[in-house]
Amino acid sequence: MIGLQHYLVVSAILFVMGVMGIFINRKNIIIILMAIELILLSVNINLVAFSAFLGDLVGQVFAMFVLTVAAGEAAIGLAILVIYFRGRGSIAVDDVNRMKG
Amino acid sequence: MIQTFAFCLFAAVVILSGALTILSRNPVHSVLWLILAFFNAAGLMVLVGAEFIAMLLVIVYVGAVAVLFLFVVMMLDIDFAELRSGFVRYGFFGLLIALILAGELIIATGAWSAGAIELANRTAPISADLSNIEAMGALIYSKYLYVFEAAGLVLLVALIGAIVLTHRERRDVRPQNISEQVKRRPQDAVRNINQPIGQGVDL
Repeated sequence: MIGLQHYLVVSAILFVMGVMGIFINRKNIIIILMAIELILLSVNINLVAFSAFLGDLVGQVFAMFVLTVAAGEAAIGLAILVIYFRGRGSIAVDDVNRMKG
Repeated sequence: MIQTFAFCLFAAVVILSGALTILSRNPVHSVLWLILAFFNAAGLMVLVGAEFIAMLLVIVYVGAVAVLFLFVVMMLDIDFAELRSGFVRYGFFGLLIALILAGELIIATGAWSAGAIELANRTAPISADLSNIEAMGALIYSKYLYVFEAAGLVLLVALIGAIVLTHRERRDVRPQNISEQVKRRPQDAVRNINQPIGQGVDL
């Protein structure tokens, strides 16, 4: 029988994978944004699993708010990416530190 | 039995597609694997009876966010081969961080299953006679109304921010001047004259 433990394990694996994605694709900001989406997805799985197995609906309400913030974050992040590309012609994030001042 | 099978299928596919999202060479493939991951996560949520969040995941993530990603990846002309350099060098460090995090999460899950934490009462207990969407609606529009409005505000700010960031004024085209158009009156634009015969029109 599937319990809370199994959901937590899936969510933990997904979270760790998202964190690792940020590190191994350090130059490509698009993949970094996708890795952040994976992390937020794992958080949502966690919230929904706890909500279902503890019998409290509030977790699902907050999963919805996390979803809202994730959508806004993706939109703003991609907008910043587009203007950065327009000025630089590349999206390599290791020369972002040239934006000093 | 069927539930266990469905859980194993969804969990395996979500983990596999998550791994391929961060590992694949082509970012377009990454986005497509991300879409598959979202679909299977929605399946996982349907299994525990959270239909509303599952449908929201499909609509918001697959319908909006993933398409936005795909649009940006295809619109920008990026040399992705150059961005791959340093993959192995950072890979070791990333693996180290990931292992530490995984260990901590295992400890946290173990602590949870040890049963030390007892929840006394539920804020909004799930009742069997209401469907998930009905119960969510009743909760969102009553108890969490202000938080819900704040979420709408977050989306509004993100919308305006994205437009302000990416909008650029172009000097080489003549834009429409709306205030001038609205200010225009018939008596300024039209002139009645008594034109004498045999003479040219004076413009």
